[in-house]
Amino acid sequence: MLESLLVVLLIAAVAWIGSCIGLTAVFGIVLPYVAVLVFIIGLVKRMIYWAKSPVPFAIPTTGGQERSLDFIPYAKLDCPSSKFGVFVRMVLEVCCFRSLFRNTQACTFENDPVNGGARVVYYSSKWLWFFSLLFHYCFLIVFLRHFRFFMEPVPSCIGIIEAVDGVLQIGAPRFFLTGGLLLCALLFLLARRIFDQRLRYISLANDYFPLFLLIGIVLSGICLRYFDKAEIAQVKIFIMGLTHFSPVISGLDLNGMFIVHLTLVCTLLIYFPYSKLVHMPGIFFSPTRNLPTNTREVRHVNPWNPPKQFFTYPEYEDTYRDAMAAAGLPLEKQPEKKPTE
Amino acid sequence: MAKLPSPKDLLASRPDFPAESWLDTKPEFAPGSYCYPEKKETMELLHMPNPHDWDPSAEDWNLPDDWEKILCDAFADRLAKHRSLKLFMDICVRCGACADKCHFFLGTNDPKNMPVLRAELLRSLYRRDYTKLGKILGKKVGARGWDKNVVKELFYYAYQCTECRRCSLFCPYGIDTAEITAIVRELMHEVGLGTHWIMDPVKNCSFTGNHLGIKPHSFKEIVEMLADDCETVTGIRPKTPFNEKGHEILFITPSGDVFADPGIYTFMGYLLLFHELDLDYTLSTYASEGGNFGSFTTFNMAKKLNAKMYAEAERLGSKWILGGECGHMWRVVNQYMATYNGPSPSHMTVPKSPITGTVFKNAAATKMVHITEFTADLIRHGKLNLDPSRNDHIITTFHDSCNPARAMGLLEEPRYILKHVCNHFVEMPENTIREQTFCCGAGSGLNTEEIMELRMRSGMPRGNALRYVQQKYGVNHMACVCAIDRATLPPLANYWAPGVNVSGLHELVANALVMKGEPKRTMDLRQEDLPGVEDDAEGGEDQ
Amino acid sequence: MYNARPVCIGIVILVVLLTAPFWVGLFGKNYTETGVQTPTNHEACVEDADFMRAQHMRLLNEWRDQALRNENRTYVAKDGKKWEISLQNTCMKCHTSYKDFCEKCHISNSVSPYCWSCHIIPTEGK
Repeated sequence: MLESLLVVLLIAAVAWIGSCIGLTAVFGIVLPYVAVLVFIIGLVKRMIYWAKSPVPFAIPTTGGQERSLDFIPYAKLDCPSSKFGVFVRMVLEVCCFRSLFRNTQACTFENDPVNGGARVVYYSSKWLWFFSLLFHYCFLIVFLRHFRFFMEPVPSCIGIIEAVDGVLQIGAPRFFLTGGLLLCALLFLLARRIFDQRLRYISLANDYFPLFLLIGIVLSGICLRYFDKAEIAQVKIFIMGLTHFSPVISGLDLNGMFIVHLTLVCTLLIYFPYSKLVHMPGIFFSPTRNLPTNTREVRHVNPWNPPKQFFTYPEYEDTYRDAMAAAGLPLEKQPEKKPTE
Repeated sequence: MAKLPSPKDLLASRPDFPAESWLDTKPEFAPGSYCYPEKKETMELLHMPNPHDWDPSAEDWNLPDDWEKILCDAFADRLAKHRSLKLFMDICVRCGACADKCHFFLGTNDPKNMPVLRAELLRSLYRRDYTKLGKILGKKVGARGWDKNVVKELFYYAYQCTECRRCSLFCPYGIDTAEITAIVRELMHEVGLGTHWIMDPVKNCSFTGNHLGIKPHSFKEIVEMLADDCETVTGIRPKTPFNEKGHEILFITPSGDVFADPGIYTFMGYLLLFHELDLDYTLSTYASEGGNFGSFTTFNMAKKLNAKMYAEAERLGSKWILGGECGHMWRVVNQYMATYNGPSPSHMTVPKSPITGTVFKNAAATKMVHITEFTADLIRHGKLNLDPSRNDHIITTFHDSCNPARAMGLLEEPRYILKHVCNHFVEMPENTIREQTFCCGAGSGLNTEEIMELRMRSGMPRGNALRYVQQKYGVNHMACVCAIDRATLPPLANYWAPGVNVSGLHELVANALVMKGEPKRTMDLRQEDLPGVEDDAEGGEDQ
Repeated sequence: MYNARPVCIGIVILVVLLTAPFWVGLFGKNYTETGVQTPTNHEACVEDADFMRAQHMRLLNEWRDQALRNENRTYVAKDGKKWEISLQNTCMKCHTSYKDFCEKCHISNSVSPYCWSCHIIPTEGK
């Protein structure tokens, strides 16, 4: 855990020093292009890597009643039998984290009066669902808000998002709620890894690193907006230069914190395709969710289905013919009459 | 078998998490924590790779010399064959939502029984060979190489998972531990590691048609005996057609139901129901196994054992197949059968109930209908004369088996039937039923005696929920639609909620079924007196 | 590759969405300079230019509070110089053009200060 934190701090420090000793072109131009390329190519390669293996069997998890008899209502959302149903299930899964919404927490009570002994109670537990949903949506909104740096003129929808996000009108520049909530959500996700014994036991550096990285990005971003300010007009000139493939950096007044922010984002982009973060495209591939539950109605084909090899009926009858005949079981071929001696 | 600790001691003896990282702990092969290994001859007979003698508790498992290469190659092969495996190796974020969803974890508190860590055992190997960071940073990012202790660990935990898929329901990405366990078991089989309790039935099923190794003549004899028992109870001897050609329906059910108490009563239930309907059906001694222990072994073995169903339907000219109450059988039938051995023989037709005319469109490709779908439809159309008051002495609950619940979605049909044949039906707590049901603790080939304590532990969530309704509502009966449940739940109930009986659904159906021309029923299928019968008789004398 | 069609569609959608920062710019103009016109007839602002660039919004916010809530209309700058707290009389005296000054940065960067919900936006030619 501390290692991950140190690595993130080190990356930030290197970026800061780099910006001080005049390497802004490296961190501001070379690194972003490399990062975007690695990110896009890495993700596409990962998806092709998955797609190179077939889905040999249809193994949807049925989360409710199957579609069978007419008089039995079936669970259209959790056990969809049509492609459209699967689409809806996936939308709910991706947009609402429906599976996580089911989450429960099992508590064992040693002396329960009803059970006259131990009793396990399963409480609804929506914390993880709530904070992960909060994290993902805040991240999305923060990402969308950054489009003011990518577009000239800035479309009105971005303004609407900003107006809603800053609706409390706290301070100047106005405090964006999503920035703060994003930080809260990340801190919650980090805290459960640190303080929940089970989570601590299963957590690896691979889990802490992206959390610290994201916290670093959010903190540096908040810092740029409210404290060690970047001059946004300059930032926009710089960013538009990058996205128009005519990067400008000399003459622009970009502060060290901005380079740190940018470098951490680039680190995230580079790290993304080679880490657990590929769950973003991955969820769409999940065979327990993206297949219809009509497995008895429509045959799923396995491209590597091996030839049938089994103990056939003729072999079976050959093995047991006499006994079967004696038991009066119907036979394909009657036993040869043994010559009586 | 060692004496079991009391439920209280069992719960209290769950150890805390070890202090060291999971990468540094090794499983202890203490008696009672592992299933006995398969016999070398069995594996040779089945042409399984690298058969050898070995003992799980020994230091050396006599692995083949090039075991590491075999395993690495086999892993690469499985990754190329299963997108699910690649995906599940890549996308887990270790959010921990699955942790307390696993009955093995709840019962043992062994961190490696959290579904996430069970998968991490394999994922750590994947990271070293298939991810850049794992290659560079190794153990720091949870990557490790193969060694013999890792093999032992994989074996140990692959046989402490019942492939119940409860975790996959809660996983935000649908990561299915059953898939990972199945593939780890395949890998273990590549180096000749398997368990006797699974491989012996596989061998039997391969050569006799059923797991128990009942030969054709004995199978017929047993079924006839059960028909005789039916006559004792009802006064009517149901017909027992075997291997007969030209019938509309081929009926296949797990062989456990013709052999073991209390499954036999469910089987008698089927016979009586079919007789009452005068159903045009046949049994088969060749396809006399609905269950499929091959599915606990390898995908190919499952395919091999399953192939007999279509082959027999084709030979006998049956139009469709009716399947009995079974859990993993229906996982295979519902999600694998058509893929393995389909398309179904050309003469088979979309199943249609000859009694009600209902077409089972949901089985259009597989052409196999679940008995509870069939019976629920009969009840809906008023084709059965039922007297639920015959089951008035029981207050029943219903145990959803993992596979019909989470790999099929068969939730309402059994309840619909149960409510029509019993007047007293109580559900267990909501997070332990339906799609969130807990395993009996011994599915996927773990229903063996030598791990009884482990079974009681993994069955704790189920047993505990049962105890709750027993204490609160006086439940004295648990119905289920799975042959393995009928074998595993009685000891479980006996341990966690003594006094609760276990039965299949169709035992209760037959008990409530008023048959044409039958004399007054005085006993149930278990030949126990029906309550109230004696009083009635006395009352009659008084008059 | 298996299920090539849905996978390719998915890849295209993903790439299009993720490269949005690059191609959305094509719908509008490039942005290479701010075009801000600083006053030529004065040497110094209330505070130094760096401070003003970064903190003018905060300064104005504070001015508003001082003037309207505390009825204090005098601001003492860091260098000790006293200024009248007034948007119209102090700021706009030098930065005469809303269009050529305020708006240049604010509109391009989607900044919508609420100065103008009370103050009237100064128009040219008055």
